[in-house]
Amino acid sequence: MSALFILIGISILVAASFLAAFLWSVKSGQFDDDYTPSVRMLFDDTKQIPTKKIQTKTQQKLND
Amino acid sequence: MYLLLNENDLCVYYDFDKNPGIKAKGRFVSERFAYLEDEATIKKLVQFSNGSQTNVTFSLPQMHCSSCIFLLENLHRINPGVIKSQTNFQRKEVFIIFDPHQISLRKVVELLAFIGYEPNISLKDTVSKRTSTFNRQRIYKIGVAGFCFANIMMLSFPEYFSSGNIEQNGLKETFTWLNLGLSLPVLFYSASGFFVSAWKGLRQQFLNIDAPIALAIVVTYARSYYEIITGTGAGYLDSGTGIVFFMLIGRWFQDKTYDSFSFDRDYLSYFPLGVSIIKDGIEKNIPVTQLQKGNRIIIRNEEMIPADAILLSGNANVDYSFVSGENTPVQKQPGQLIYAGGKQIGSVIELEVAGEASQSYITQLWNNDVFHNKKNGEKSFIHPWSRYFTLALFAVAATTLVFWLINDTSKILPAVSSVLIVACPCSLLLSATFTYGNMLRLFGKNKLYLKNASVMESLAKIDTIVFDKTGTITQNQTSLVSYEGTPLTDKELVAVRNVARQSSHPLSKIIAVWLQTGDDKIIPVDQFNEYTGKGLQAIVNGIDVKMGSASFMHQFNPGFASYDTGSHVHVMMNNVHMGRFNVSNQYRPGVEQLVDELKNKGLVLSVLSGDNDAERDNLKKIFGAAADLNFNQTPQQKLDFIEALQKDKKNVLMLGDGLNDAGALMQSNVGIAVSDNTAQFSPACDAILAGENVQLLEKFIAFAKSGKTIVTASFILSILYNIAGLSFAVQGILSPMVAAILMPASSISIVLLVTALSSISARAKGL
Repeated sequence: MSALFILIGISILVAASFLAAFLWSVKSGQFDDDYTPSVRMLFDDTKQIPTKKIQTKTQQKLND
Repeated sequence: MYLLLNENDLCVYYDFDKNPGIKAKGRFVSERFAYLEDEATIKKLVQFSNGSQTNVTFSLPQMHCSSCIFLLENLHRINPGVIKSQTNFQRKEVFIIFDPHQISLRKVVELLAFIGYEPNISLKDTVSKRTSTFNRQRIYKIGVAGFCFANIMMLSFPEYFSSGNIEQNGLKETFTWLNLGLSLPVLFYSASGFFVSAWKGLRQQFLNIDAPIALAIVVTYARSYYEIITGTGAGYLDSGTGIVFFMLIGRWFQDKTYDSFSFDRDYLSYFPLGVSIIKDGIEKNIPVTQLQKGNRIIIRNEEMIPADAILLSGNANVDYSFVSGENTPVQKQPGQLIYAGGKQIGSVIELEVAGEASQSYITQLWNNDVFHNKKNGEKSFIHPWSRYFTLALFAVAATTLVFWLINDTSKILPAVSSVLIVACPCSLLLSATFTYGNMLRLFGKNKLYLKNASVMESLAKIDTIVFDKTGTITQNQTSLVSYEGTPLTDKELVAVRNVARQSSHPLSKIIAVWLQTGDDKIIPVDQFNEYTGKGLQAIVNGIDVKMGSASFMHQFNPGFASYDTGSHVHVMMNNVHMGRFNVSNQYRPGVEQLVDELKNKGLVLSVLSGDNDAERDNLKKIFGAAADLNFNQTPQQKLDFIEALQKDKKNVLMLGDGLNDAGALMQSNVGIAVSDNTAQFSPACDAILAGENVQLLEKFIAFAKSGKTIVTASFILSILYNIAGLSFAVQGILSPMVAAILMPASSISIVLLVTALSSISARAKGL
């Protein structure tokens, strides 16, 4: 019968770990914004373009 | 814009939305952001800086689609000085981390402005620092309560099915003691908000809705702990934690606010941060707060005049639309006083400051008491109900006490405490929170954004509606032009257009635009003469064209008999009067129908306008002869008008848009700011309504009224549940199982009922 006590202990531990995970996710800001991430994930990762010229061009434009 | 994106290989931007639709604004004047070089200003704006990286959050009201998110989160590709940028779409904010060695704060802002998202940096950001208003505490509380509730429920199951007789040695005690342990965080952490609120209410000698809830929680826990500690029973911890959990969810649902809107704006939110002054011939940037009387300031195109000032030089064309709602810019001559809040349109002007920014004409309104007293917290009709409920509850408990005192003293404690446990007002509270929460959502879907649920109750009681004219029932920016008189030939029309184009008078500009055709040839105009405030004269293709006011016509043709009732421009060709152009306001579509609907409901309507009475006839047509139409109203007069109505025991709804309505909006029972761009400026108010949905006003009021009916109906249902529960309780036979079933069942059924009813009602009202 002592198995029951162990099982209850485990079940509460499992539930408590879910609670901890939930609290952690709130704390890390995952619940702060429930819209933007859903859009963000749809953007494709395009290749980074390593040209320097481009930066200077834009820079010039900004300085105009 | 496209070039910039192309260079940085962000062309894919255009693939996300067919109409990304942001405009790279041409007016990209670097000096505008010069104040961002100022150390003190930078310090106030940035949230964190350690030398190698700086964090800053900007509010970008222009953000409106998924493409915006894409562009803003790829800032680092446009400028490598930006380390990371992250948007929050709902709050319309962007959080930027940048390297101050590579790019300055000013450059970041200029970059944002260049791609079309000029951050909304106002004086307020520097006076009081922007803080994150997002409340994570509430979510923690719900999480903890949910966890404890579910586990207590699970551990209580054996109790329900064996009616308390668990054969296993020690198992029953283990369960109940575990329950006790699990309930502690709910009592001390999750439920703390109810105790605090109830205590605050009691201290002000006011029995709010949280008082009976706090009482029920205390009694439930006290009795349960007593039973567990003495080993006499399992207590009611399952229901106890359950109600806390459900009520927290209810609160969360109701208090979901519109993060990107600001309802409590004062003049600080409107004023620019920095201004260019000229000192000893050198132009320099200073924060507006340091502006002093006698300073000479430079205002460029599209910049706001931060303080009342005297025009020294330049061609001032001041757009007061934001202050007065007047949609045509006002021309000023050197030496004239220009009030703060206007926007210069056109070339650079130089002014001498006549007073500090905080003492200008427009900010004086904020010194009125209305802005310092919070709205006299109109008591919700739920509060009296909760008071009756509490009183009735005590009466039942007292009767039970007396009854068992006579009949069976051993049953006093169980019976009385279970009366207090089962008669929890949570279904009462939930019905209101969920009805109003759902209604707020439905209003929001129709672009009426209410500040909070109590606005809805005030809206249901409205019997008088006061409209502002410009921008509220008329459309800003657009004017209706018509021509009456002898029809003009094509040649004559071209002549009129070319003469009108020569002038910078607002009316001439409107007519020139209206007459624009496909082949827009520019024809040379001879002997052009402009008589300020009167009219124009020129010779085009041999035709002597005169345009202007009736009195101007009169000068040339004494026999001409006509007078002006509004904005008219008469045309004379070779000294023969041809006809006149009528420039009038364009009313929002559906206004006439709305007025009819409102009048049929018996509401009293009036109009307050800061404009002249040119539109009196048109307004009379719409509002009927009996309506109270007031013109040339100052902001203070508008406020007084509302106050006078309220003295007559009227519940006033004010619709306005400009800063000049701010006082009236504040004074009225419900102040709705009408805005064509809900993300942008709107004065302090109770609700923000998108301009295109003004015609739905009658439906909004009807829907708000139905809200009260729904809440009342669900109150009755919850009272029936309470009677059922109480009938067990007064006999002292309330088993934990009955309590555990009755409470969630009543709560959930009421939540479902009110949500369904409010959605159906919205559909029935056509929202």
